[in-house]
Amino acid sequence: MRRFLQFLCFTIGILSCARIVSAQAQIPPRPSAYATAPDISYTSVPNFIKLPTGLYLGEGIGVASNSKGHVFVYTRSGRTRLFEFDQTGEYLREIGEGLYAFEMAHIVRTDAQDNIWVVDEGSNMVIEFNPQGRVTMTLGRKPEAGPGWAYTTPPPRTPPPPAQPYVFNRPTDITWDPAGDIFISDGYGNSRVIKYDKNGKFIKSVGSFGTAPLQFNTPHTIASDAQGNIYVGDRGNRRIQILDSDLNLKKIIDNVGAPWAVCITRGPHQYLYSSNSNPDNNDSRFVPVSGEIYKMELDGTVLGKFGKPGKLLGEFSTVHEIDCRSENELLISEITSWRVQKIVLHPSGGASKGSR
Amino acid sequence: MLMKSSLKLPLFACALLCATSMFAQSSAPELPYDTNSTFLKWPEHIYMGEPAGVAHNSKGHIFVYTRTGSVNLSTGSSRTFVRGGARLFEFDQTGKFVREIGQDLYGFVFAENVRVDPQDNIWVVDSGSSMVVKFDPEGRVAMTFGRKPEAVSVPAIPPESQPEPPPGSAPPFGGRGPGAGALGDNFNRPGDVAWDAAGNIFVADGHGLAGNARVAKFDKDGRFVKTWGSRGSGNGQFNTPHSIAVDAKGNVYVADRGNKRIQVFDNDGNFKTEYTGIGAPLAMCVTPGTHQYLYASNSNESGNLENGEIYKLELDGTVVGKFGMAGKGPKEFGTVHALDCRSENEIYVGELLNWRIQRVTLHPGGGGKGSR
Repeated sequence: MRRFLQFLCFTIGILSCARIVSAQAQIPPRPSAYATAPDISYTSVPNFIKLPTGLYLGEGIGVASNSKGHVFVYTRSGRTRLFEFDQTGEYLREIGEGLYAFEMAHIVRTDAQDNIWVVDEGSNMVIEFNPQGRVTMTLGRKPEAGPGWAYTTPPPRTPPPPAQPYVFNRPTDITWDPAGDIFISDGYGNSRVIKYDKNGKFIKSVGSFGTAPLQFNTPHTIASDAQGNIYVGDRGNRRIQILDSDLNLKKIIDNVGAPWAVCITRGPHQYLYSSNSNPDNNDSRFVPVSGEIYKMELDGTVLGKFGKPGKLLGEFSTVHEIDCRSENELLISEITSWRVQKIVLHPSGGASKGSR
Repeated sequence: MLMKSSLKLPLFACALLCATSMFAQSSAPELPYDTNSTFLKWPEHIYMGEPAGVAHNSKGHIFVYTRTGSVNLSTGSSRTFVRGGARLFEFDQTGKFVREIGQDLYGFVFAENVRVDPQDNIWVVDSGSSMVVKFDPEGRVAMTFGRKPEAVSVPAIPPESQPEPPPGSAPPFGGRGPGAGALGDNFNRPGDVAWDAAGNIFVADGHGLAGNARVAKFDKDGRFVKTWGSRGSGNGQFNTPHSIAVDAKGNVYVADRGNKRIQVFDNDGNFKTEYTGIGAPLAMCVTPGTHQYLYASNSNESGNLENGEIYKLELDGTVVGKFGMAGKGPKEFGTVHALDCRSENEIYVGELLNWRIQRVTLHPGGGGKGSR
């Protein structure tokens, strides 16, 4: 009993300390595109995701759809879990129960063949499941556990070890070019984009920590277009860097805030969505300067915006992933409200009569 | 009215304060009462643990938020994650087990409290995840406040050896005093939640030297309105604001445990008065109905069996009476952490030390023959 209480106190103590070391962020200005971007009318479908009794989403960290419209949600529940729903939001199944790589969910994406890929920033692994839900490829490796190993968490701001071809340091996202080559943003620890071939063989990587072109400060989200261009959401630098598929810099978009989540629509005319999410520490001072999602042409021309921060339906609480298989039906996962919303845009829908 | 003190009259007030304090604890009439500690029917293989919170809804269903099992640390490649250790159960008005809510929930780490709002939404306060989670009556997550820290340091870094903040970052505590917290719902070991008639949300946040010492107010849509308080002993300052209640007029009562008082604020957080002489209030509740009463528990520390009595007060601070004492036997209280005012004379009492919930029935007209 006493030992139990001591353990509880110990645990609560470390939670508190973790809170203390979190630094307070500076308040950035509104993105410059905000003033001129027209408002896109939109609605949120109530209760789209339907969970069975006894199942709960935690932080709604990842959401993706496949070609049938099935929805995959990768969530930080009590443990990290991956759920599949059908196109109407009805629950189908859980995938990867107790998986060795499920530690701290970050992103789920589906590729052109409906394979399901998850990026886990806790285990430092990227896992490919085939459409049946079996593991078909692993990238990175979770370090081996050993005696005393659990007690060697490095102090905050310890510089990361040198980046290696096949080892991630808290990777964040994944995308593919039309040839099937794999691009991974890596991540919170490293500051780079890595390219592998479709068989998982390392080709090259680019980037280091910094603010110069082709440097990154938390490359948090990544997407590709039909030409194989790679769009990297360089969140800490509040810009999107566009690279070609050989990882040469082509363009920088820097007027749409901090890109927490980027997504590129499919089809002949592709669009780019980017979320200037409000921060996940719920700092109310960011409410006037963040929370909206921009719609752009691939060249960065801003077409419109929608959304604002908040906890109600149709408002956003730190958007973390956008699925935009369809231009006007988006699936949006949020960190701090533990949910996934289906957002329907009404671009020509009776002007801009407000967002909700 | 004896309990009100004016701090503007230095020595005289101090003398009066001490006198009233002793007077209250010794002379408050004993309220006769009975208890029933077996009315909740637990299924086999479910064990309660420390019932940090207990609450009822409009149908008389009873919700118990409890510390159970143990908190798990899991080791990722670069960070350590925490989960588990708290569960939420629902019983019907006869004490029959209905269901568990929030199985394996991300924010369930260390139970602190559960309250039910007038619309029968169930609100859970967790000091391990530093979150407040609102469930709708069906048991689905309807709103969340605060954010669980993504990862923890192992071993814990003592506060005195915290690394220096990076250059250019804001001063600690936002320059508003230790424990003042952030502007928004970034809690640090919150303790309790309450609402006014308009649905505004008040959170008591939080515990000890490592936590915050403030009250945060949100509107019914969860938008941050304001925060008040920092660590200290002055008016409007707190030393572990552990419990919070709001009366029908919107006045806010904060159990300022470390300062051994209840502070009363108006709806905007302006200090109105304080009540002392009722010990160190760990748990508190306000009764429903037209004539409201305030119950406050002078709970024993978990390391002793002293004090432990629960006071009944008028909203103006007048002590009506008291009942109970610390202990492990029937009708005794072991570190009362949860008070739920079902009605003026029916109170649910959750005890940390005894892993027990007692339903207290007071007999105010019962001849005043003392409780034990």
